[in-house]
Amino acid sequence: MFAFLYNPDRFMAFSRWAAPMFGALAAVLAAVGLWLDFAAPPDYQQGYTIHIMFIHVPASMLSLFVYLCLGVASFLSLVFRQALAEAAALWGKPMWGTWWVWDARLTSELVLLLFYLGYMALQAAIDDEARAARACAILALVGVVNLPIVVFSVDWWNTLHQGSTLFAKGGPAMAPVYLPPFLIMILAYTSAFGSLWLVRIRGEVWRRRANVLAVRAAR
Amino acid sequence: MLDFDAGKYGPFVWPAYAITALIFAVMIADSLLRTRRWRKAVEEAEAAAGKDRPS
Repeated sequence: MFAFLYNPDRFMAFSRWAAPMFGALAAVLAAVGLWLDFAAPPDYQQGYTIHIMFIHVPASMLSLFVYLCLGVASFLSLVFRQALAEAAALWGKPMWGTWWVWDARLTSELVLLLFYLGYMALQAAIDDEARAARACAILALVGVVNLPIVVFSVDWWNTLHQGSTLFAKGGPAMAPVYLPPFLIMILAYTSAFGSLWLVRIRGEVWRRRANVLAVRAAR
Repeated sequence: MLDFDAGKYGPFVWPAYAITALIFAVMIADSLLRTRRWRKAVEEAEAAAGKDRPS
């Protein structure tokens, strides 16, 4: 389906309009989501800290989705040889009475963060881009094992972190007034990721093009 | 009607939003500046080589 984007020229033509489109979509969705967020009444249990949920949960879900994208891209690159803020503590303190606890969900998210940092450090540590890409792809695939642990940690262990809210059995376990801004903010974060991802790849295409031209000029 | 009152939780709610906004601003600025820098490098190199740049 996306095979036509393997061609850098076609990708550049596509991303030239797709990146700003996703960026504008993210801005509009975020504006609507935040409007609904601050128009909603305080939660009967969480009070005004419910506002943090609308930025924390989308960021948390996106961290899993982005890593899944990284894992899929790594798998494809290895197989086919072709060249992908957490606000929890600020919510945890007033709700749980602590900034941090070695809870299964929090700890597995920390491990995910370490995989992200390790991926970036490994890529920066190897000069040969092809070798770096291969090593990072293997590391990313190893880290994919952590994704189901993050998702199901609240079911497998008794955790301080609450269970699944959006995908709870019997439907979302939240007041209906919170559901629209919640879903809209998730879409806003995803659109923002799509836009930034495309912009980053465009930069990478330009960088490689610049390197090729620099090598040609040096001959 | 919008309600920006965070009550006693203000010291937790507003820093969470501020950190999120700051991280988004840094990611957007960094991504755009990197892309612009490399695009400029390509354009300069192509101008020097007298070639057409890609779309």
